[in-house]
Amino acid sequence: MRLTIITSITGVLVLLYILELLRRQQLREKYAVIWLAIGLAVAPLGFFPDLLDSTARRVGIASGVSLVLFAGFVMVLLVCLHLSWEASRLEAETRSLAEEVALLRSHLVEHHGYPVSKQNKAETADDTEVYS
Amino acid sequence: MIDGKRVLIILPAWNEQDGLPGVLKEIRTTLPGVDTLVVDDGSTDRTSAVAAEFGSPVAQLPYNLGVGGAMRLGYRYAFLHGYDVAIQVDSDGQHDPAYVPVMLEKLKEADLVIGARFAGQGDYTVRGPRKWAMSLLSVVLSRITRTKLTDTTSGFRASNKQLIEFFAQWYPVEYLGDTIESMVGAARCGFVVRQVPVAMRERTTGTPSASPIKATVYLGRAGLVLLLAMIRRMPKHLKALAPRRAGSGRVLTGQ
Repeated sequence: MRLTIITSITGVLVLLYILELLRRQQLREKYAVIWLAIGLAVAPLGFFPDLLDSTARRVGIASGVSLVLFAGFVMVLLVCLHLSWEASRLEAETRSLAEEVALLRSHLVEHHGYPVSKQNKAETADDTEVYS
Repeated sequence: MIDGKRVLIILPAWNEQDGLPGVLKEIRTTLPGVDTLVVDDGSTDRTSAVAAEFGSPVAQLPYNLGVGGAMRLGYRYAFLHGYDVAIQVDSDGQHDPAYVPVMLEKLKEADLVIGARFAGQGDYTVRGPRKWAMSLLSVVLSRITRTKLTDTTSGFRASNKQLIEFFAQWYPVEYLGDTIESMVGAARCGFVVRQVPVAMRERTTGTPSASPIKATVYLGRAGLVLLLAMIRRMPKHLKALAPRRAGSGRVLTGQ
């Protein structure tokens, strides 16, 4: 009985938090959709954990709770993978932007007397070792 | 201009304010006809200012992108300004610009020319796992490019106009991408790779990884990079950039 209370409260709180983040425009819709879908699918299970028991038994898992745990783990893994993919894409985009900025700057330096400056932050990427 | 060709020497530089003047001066005296571009890869010292003082155009990245990013910027610049040949030269004085005419000569029969050690010139030696890694790379890359390559990680290389456009659009940014993967990618897209023997000078800054553990890690990473480079899908529009040559682009005229 206590498990039901904890899980249902957690589910509802997480759902509310996602909605609040969306309301404050801190979360892009495309990510929010994933989380909302997961939240809505999982929240009822918090109230009725034995909803999945029959399904779980059919695939050879002792209880619905274990099934949820397993499915949740797989889900989190997939979402993490998706975020890595997004980060790679973003890195490629910022890289192109930096190159574009450098090209424009070199043009300005050569043709319009833009100052050559040392205005870089001491910010370095983690793969600087590649310099030989 | 050398032989009616506009030649650009790309010098990727990361905190090279001390080595750069010597290299730029040497290029100016040995190769009076060429242009230079210093790619300042987010240096925190006076690299950009020094390059400008010595009269070289500078492309200054707002933050450090690593060798791959710096090189792609160099090729984008070369492409944008319509250069016929782009030559990569390290800013630390390892590469002797006196070999550039030899490389240009070889470019007549290839798209990518690599200035290679272990090919008769100079007396650079390595031992242990690092040597195994280098031999493995040489064997595999020689097969991929269908020519004998002895120094696949050399950063001293010349590209023709088509390859400049190719590298302006595609240049690997990961570890060893600037040497191994860029070559594999170009070769797989049909570009012709050749090497000319050069002697490299002792590097003035930095130390090569000497410990056996580091060398083994290097071997592993090189293998991984090679594997990835082989299985990676190359976009069609990049393959279209390779100049058509008889026999799937590997048989050369005049040989």
